[in-house]
Amino acid sequence: MIREVKTSRYIQRPPMFAIVLLSVFGLGNLFLGFLRSNRILLPAAMLMLGTVLTVNFLDWNAGPQSFFNGMLIVDNFSVVFTGIVVLTALLLIPFSEQYVLDGQPNLAEYYSLLLFSLVGAIMMVAYNHLLMLFLGIEILSVAMYVLAGAQKTNLRSNEAALKYFLMGAFATGILLFGVALVYGATGTFELANIRFAVQNPTNASLTPMLYIGMLMMLIGIGFKVSAAPFHFWTPDVYEGTPTFFTAFMSTVVKTAGFAAFLKLLVQAFPAASAQGLWLPTLTAMCVLTLAIGNVGAVAQNSAKRMLAYSSVSHAGYLLIGLVAFNGELEGASANSIFFYSLAYSVATVAAFGVLKLVSEQRMREDYDGLNGLAKTNPLLAFVLTVAMLSLAGIPLTGGFFGKFFVFSAAVENGHIGLVVFAVVMSMVSIYYYLRPIIAMYMRDTDADTAEPLQVSGFQSAAFLLLALLTVVLGVLPGIIAGIL
Amino acid sequence: MLTVLLLLWPVAAALLLHFFKGSAARVAAFGAALVEFVLATYVAITFNSSSTDQFSVNLPWIASAGINFHVGMDGLSLLLVLLTTFLVPIILLASFRRSFENASAFYALVLFMETGLIGVFTAQDAFLFYFFWEVALIPIYFLAGVWGGINRAKVTFKFFLYTIVGSLFMLAGFVYLYFQTGPAANGLAAHNSDLASFYNLSLSAQEQSWLFWLIFAAFAVKMPIFPFHTWQPDTYTESPAPATMLLSGIMLKMGIYGCMRWLLPVVPLGVSQWQNLVLILSIIGIIYGAIIAIRQQDVKRLIAYSSLSHVGLMAAGVFSLTQIGLQGASIQMLAHGVNVVGMFFIADCIERRTNTRLIPDLGGLTRRTPLLTVCFLVLLLGTVALPLTNGFVGEFLLLGGVYQYNAWMGAVAGITIILAAVYLLRMFQRVMLGPDSSFSETITDLTGAELAVLVPLIVLVFWIGLFPNTFLHLSEGSVMGILSEVVKR
Repeated sequence: MIREVKTSRYIQRPPMFAIVLLSVFGLGNLFLGFLRSNRILLPAAMLMLGTVLTVNFLDWNAGPQSFFNGMLIVDNFSVVFTGIVVLTALLLIPFSEQYVLDGQPNLAEYYSLLLFSLVGAIMMVAYNHLLMLFLGIEILSVAMYVLAGAQKTNLRSNEAALKYFLMGAFATGILLFGVALVYGATGTFELANIRFAVQNPTNASLTPMLYIGMLMMLIGIGFKVSAAPFHFWTPDVYEGTPTFFTAFMSTVVKTAGFAAFLKLLVQAFPAASAQGLWLPTLTAMCVLTLAIGNVGAVAQNSAKRMLAYSSVSHAGYLLIGLVAFNGELEGASANSIFFYSLAYSVATVAAFGVLKLVSEQRMREDYDGLNGLAKTNPLLAFVLTVAMLSLAGIPLTGGFFGKFFVFSAAVENGHIGLVVFAVVMSMVSIYYYLRPIIAMYMRDTDADTAEPLQVSGFQSAAFLLLALLTVVLGVLPGIIAGIL
Repeated sequence: MLTVLLLLWPVAAALLLHFFKGSAARVAAFGAALVEFVLATYVAITFNSSSTDQFSVNLPWIASAGINFHVGMDGLSLLLVLLTTFLVPIILLASFRRSFENASAFYALVLFMETGLIGVFTAQDAFLFYFFWEVALIPIYFLAGVWGGINRAKVTFKFFLYTIVGSLFMLAGFVYLYFQTGPAANGLAAHNSDLASFYNLSLSAQEQSWLFWLIFAAFAVKMPIFPFHTWQPDTYTESPAPATMLLSGIMLKMGIYGCMRWLLPVVPLGVSQWQNLVLILSIIGIIYGAIIAIRQQDVKRLIAYSSLSHVGLMAAGVFSLTQIGLQGASIQMLAHGVNVVGMFFIADCIERRTNTRLIPDLGGLTRRTPLLTVCFLVLLLGTVALPLTNGFVGEFLLLGGVYQYNAWMGAVAGITIILAAVYLLRMFQRVMLGPDSSFSETITDLTGAELAVLVPLIVLVFWIGLFPNTFLHLSEGSVMGILSEVVKR
């Protein structure tokens, strides 16, 4: 066995608290569904997620523990990324209040699907076996296909679900094909064994098969994290999906996807020969993603579509973190991806949270729908401003240090040209991130936007918390930077 | 800990300001700013001018990357901290006559910006410096953008984009320098970003050559130096009066200070390579700003261009790399801060009374306004650099520095004094004297509150003019230190 793992804890207490609890809670939630009321379901879901989040950190520094015959490994890496996805869900859940589906018979199903999809996300960050990666992606994706079509009577939502499903199923197929080819070439699904087989090839005629398999896996995951040129579904799906689920899609799926990506590259393909193939591929994808995401966002008139393209562009910045790979699940690269994902998730939840209220109550998603928001809802305007500044990477917000860590990891590894390009692209991004701010603070209200938005006290508190988190990440990054 | 207190107090006050409304908010903000000024004065009194880097605090900030929260003050920092803490209450007092919608947010932003400015002037760590550099930008963007004139959205957008692009270049330069440094003191990181380590780097002349432009980009935009100035006149004109005063009185000094602290000693070979070009650009800026100022009809725009002209001279003095040039820049930063805030306040006083800033609409205002006339004249002569006023000391030293570097450049730069006299006296003549306008009979003289703003400024005009050594003494050690770093390599 190549990997040394502690198994003693396996006996002492039940394994994989987070996954087990989420599965149980997800089922339990379905029974609560008989009540058909957000007043019960929402606090219940928050309680469940809060429990999972707390319990998750019991595994912190417990050393790598292996479960299910080494198919899943719980280590600090998986703990922090599980932490991000669960925390994101927890921060997002308050905005399901006044959700359009409130009172509908299948309300509980949506909460359960959210919880189940998190199980998939956790499997993606803890996998040690390619089948677990595949299962994780599928559990997450299938739930997302359904949630994208949550507004059954809305054609856009139907279109989004169908598009996402068709494209997603195709990408999963490619991923699975890749897994099969890698298995064929190496004879194993386990990351450590693949790594060994790649470094010590026994049969040179199998090498092309291995690398084709690897590239197909890159394509499959690239699709899930909406990296160009596999991003085409993103704007349409994001726009059609109910905003609440769009937020979930652009944070949890992306975070889990990048954690899985990093794990795959670091643990299965760190060999120099493999790097020679995927490093240029990822670099090219990165440049393309940054360009398409940022330039695409400039051209948008809908704030929601802008955020969709912005989510593509952030996949580009995260790809820089992958390119700055240093051969471990700790160190500059992993830490920068961790910090970036966290800062990005918090800011994105805040942005979509505000946008959801605007689009539901004003029935519009363009920038003008935000006109004069600073006068009618100062808190919402402030929170959206903080979120925009964070996404643009302006200091005082977590987004700045996210970019800072990603860029410095890349500079340290000598990818200076790539970083210069990324910096130029973030200059472009300031243009479109300032537009909502200008609309909110520098334009007057019009007929549509004169009425203040209705925000419950509970949501206001959630918004404040999101803004506070973003600022804390931007002022005291030292508290979590470099913990991996 | 005093430095940290100076940094934290305005933020704390800004947060507390949320609980005040309307006029109570501005009184509270003014009180908070006064407390800050008292604190800074206490620092100045206990300051030991014979040693550098005092009141320093060095705490781990991002320990895993070797980045520290390292703040401290030498004479130069102290000078600018004094300027900031002195001008902020003056600027707040100056805005008492204007009522701003959502006043508590407005004044909170001003205080918030004060923290950013003091942070810039005291940071001893490159990334901390960059952090505060942007912290100072965000509030002024909102001050100008939310409470500004009709074209504010467009104008402030340009301002924001210019400055952020400039500072991203600087950040890139800092990141490069960071990776050249040795391990951090805490042993956790392979590099550190302390100012002292930046001073001790050995970089090749070629590296320094392009690093110079990366770092200089941020400072050149902020000052601004010709041809990076195009955001400046519009932004100064469109911003509400307090924001204009903050921009011209204090924020512009961030650029000059940045050059002195983070450019000259860090990439001295790059500086000596591009020194000539920067001096030429500065001198073009001096003449260009002055000539355009002559043509202006709008009082506020005229002062904006005059500020452009004056900052060119300060930059020229800094890049002459002479002791008197740098000393001149230090004292002129103070003098210009005092004068330009005073001038913009006078412009604001006139605009509030007449609802116009256009010179052709005004005229003959002096008859009913003896106090206004006197104050205006004193500040104006200070700006023109008449002997006995503050402007004279600064410009004399600056020109001396440029002259030492190159006599011809000194001679051309010296035209600034003549041109300043032309456009400023011409404005004074047409606004205050000249044929009567419709306002000549109705205009009222300065009120007590307005005098409370102008009197401290005028006191400083003469104080700096007559006893410049009070302040020159403070910055001397720092300037010598900077020059010795430049010469060392």
